[in-house]
Amino acid sequence: MTKWYDLLEKYGKPTPWPYPIRYDEEQEIETDVLIIGGGIAGCWAAISAARNGVKVALVEKADTIRSGSGGPGCDHWCVTPANPHSKVDPDDWAKRLVEHPVHAGQPPKGPVPLSYSNGIGTQIQCRENYDTLLEIEQMGGKIRDVDDEYPGAEGRYDDTKFMFSPRMSPNHATEVTIRVWGTTFKPALKKECQRLGVKIYDRVMVTSLLTEGGVQGAKVVGATGFNNRTGEFMVFKSKAAVLATAGNYSLWMLNTELAGYTTFPGSRTKTGDGMVMAWKAGAELTLMEQTGPHMIGTGHKHTWYGGAGDASYENIQLVDANGKKLPWPLQGWPDGGDMRPSPEGMEKIIKGIKDGTYALPFYGDFPAMPDIERRVTWKLMLGEESTTKNITNSYEKGGFNPAKHLLMNYNLIEGNSPAHWRMPGRGGPVVDWDLKSTLDGLYVAGEQMFAAGDHSFAASTGRYAGRKAAAYAMHTGESKISRDQVSLEKARIYAPINRSDGIDWKELHAGISRAMQYFCSAYKTELLLNMGLDALKEIEEIFVPRLYALDPHKLMRGIEDLSLLTYGQIILNASLARKASSQVLDFYRIDYPEIDPPEWNKFITVKLENNEVKTGELPLNYWGDMKANYEAQNKDYTGVYKR
Amino acid sequence: MPQKEIYALPNIVSPANPVIFNPDICNGCNTCVEVCQIDVFMPNPEKGKPPVILHPDECWYGGCCVNDCPYPGAISFNWPVQQRAYWKDKATGKILRDSQ
Repeated sequence: MTKWYDLLEKYGKPTPWPYPIRYDEEQEIETDVLIIGGGIAGCWAAISAARNGVKVALVEKADTIRSGSGGPGCDHWCVTPANPHSKVDPDDWAKRLVEHPVHAGQPPKGPVPLSYSNGIGTQIQCRENYDTLLEIEQMGGKIRDVDDEYPGAEGRYDDTKFMFSPRMSPNHATEVTIRVWGTTFKPALKKECQRLGVKIYDRVMVTSLLTEGGVQGAKVVGATGFNNRTGEFMVFKSKAAVLATAGNYSLWMLNTELAGYTTFPGSRTKTGDGMVMAWKAGAELTLMEQTGPHMIGTGHKHTWYGGAGDASYENIQLVDANGKKLPWPLQGWPDGGDMRPSPEGMEKIIKGIKDGTYALPFYGDFPAMPDIERRVTWKLMLGEESTTKNITNSYEKGGFNPAKHLLMNYNLIEGNSPAHWRMPGRGGPVVDWDLKSTLDGLYVAGEQMFAAGDHSFAASTGRYAGRKAAAYAMHTGESKISRDQVSLEKARIYAPINRSDGIDWKELHAGISRAMQYFCSAYKTELLLNMGLDALKEIEEIFVPRLYALDPHKLMRGIEDLSLLTYGQIILNASLARKASSQVLDFYRIDYPEIDPPEWNKFITVKLENNEVKTGELPLNYWGDMKANYEAQNKDYTGVYKR
Repeated sequence: MPQKEIYALPNIVSPANPVIFNPDICNGCNTCVEVCQIDVFMPNPEKGKPPVILHPDECWYGGCCVNDCPYPGAISFNWPVQQRAYWKDKATGKILRDSQ
């Protein structure tokens, strides 16, 4: 008796909605700093703002206890060059990261001519990430092997009991990535928010930013939202807001079901709402044209967790079906956690498969590992990583024993992501050295900040944005919200509940995704991109007015679709603005085939002005001297919080 | 043939059962309802009974419901058939799979 249709059979009619319906009610909340999104970045922003002595409200679409990409857990505290065992200087390391694009923890392979990394966020991470880690320990998070489970493991320091990962540290050359017990983090963060008096509004989806006088491009003075269980409308009035929402994962995915199969390396809730509300408020965004191939689900969950040889497995030798060692990186100490063979190495492996040198499928040879390293990878790394704890538990329940069994790897038998299956990239609002967007009163942190979607990046930039927003809120006057703007938004949000027929959120989602697949695939031209804009406009004008929602939950999914639609429009506009191809951005224009021509090595920006799209550009190092500017902006930084 | 009423129901979304509750252990504390990012579950209308899986098609297999359950064994993962992984016994060469 645990499925909805069991109840239907039992009672002979649908069960009433389990929560009170409050579509007609409205709550107004006044605060100094409003945090939009209660994931890792949002919680840290809330904590840091509250510690700076201002009133804080945090709004979260799910429940803050486990919400966000890093809610379930985290196994690597990446980019921590200020730790006591580090062999690199934080400022030098920041510079190196920005000068070399780094993806998923891989070390740079030789000189790379340019990077589109966020230098401001990277500098903050390099300077403050270690302090942030020590603060999570104060709150009850586990960051060291205090229970002495792994003495003798390579990378463990007996004096501090820190355990290092080989990522970006070939043969211990840097020691910048610390292994952590991240399943302990999110509950500790929520508890600290509560201890500090942060008002938490769980199960509330924020839908728009409110601006002074309701004018696009004016100061942000609050936000609207609704409770996705009760439907109650919420109006937040704030002196400063921190946008700490997630990225977007499903824009190109036609199928909203079989989630574990192909759809979501991130949770269903990641629909880019924050980016869209910033866009509509008039904030300038950048790197929105960057997209990437979609990860196909293999084994349990998606590619990265599919089997050995992927991002979640370190120090494991890959072997072929006959046990022959493959020239694949170990993802270990000798190669600094490198995950993929070089393009030439991959070519050799593929050739070897075709001529019979290597037999498919490949396996991760767990039994060949030293016991201690096997336990570190299986129990600590996989056991603590975001959503992998239940995967290792499932393997074990199914009879898998890493001491006896080789784990199947899906590389080269899974096929590649088709050209029309893309994922939005890491674009986001342009920020300054306060992590302020181009709008007054709006600060930004975490995944959406045209930077790596990394747990510790979210934590350290959240912590930074929170204190900057608090400082701003202390010195700014009272905010005034525009009732007209609130009324317009309320009408937009509630429109689908006033219909009981038409198209539901799943059909609308598929329609938007199909337009993106057709007109914004790996192959782009001016004509296709413009057809994409026309297709989304048609959906907006013809089909959105037919969207209906039967309850507050489905209303949330429908409103998320509207975010996806606008998000698609932003990507199309940004793609039209970059009239060049770029390998670094995985961005290819058939009509502009030259790769990375020097005159296009710059950030392209897009924003709305009077609802017209305006494009612009910024130099790749628009943040100037990273060390000097960080120090100039943070003279009052006090380091680790004294509890 | 079992004597069971046949209802006119549409196809059930797939997969319909991302988790399985054990009603002998689950006391309906609804921790899983609260920690789920997606709101896959709703509280059972009958107090003390396991939650109801309302939005199985939205599950992203994040696992918080199972990991945070205060009553071990009350809720367990049930991976969709196409997602179940393979492995090989190093000693015997036998190919194995999670076939529970």
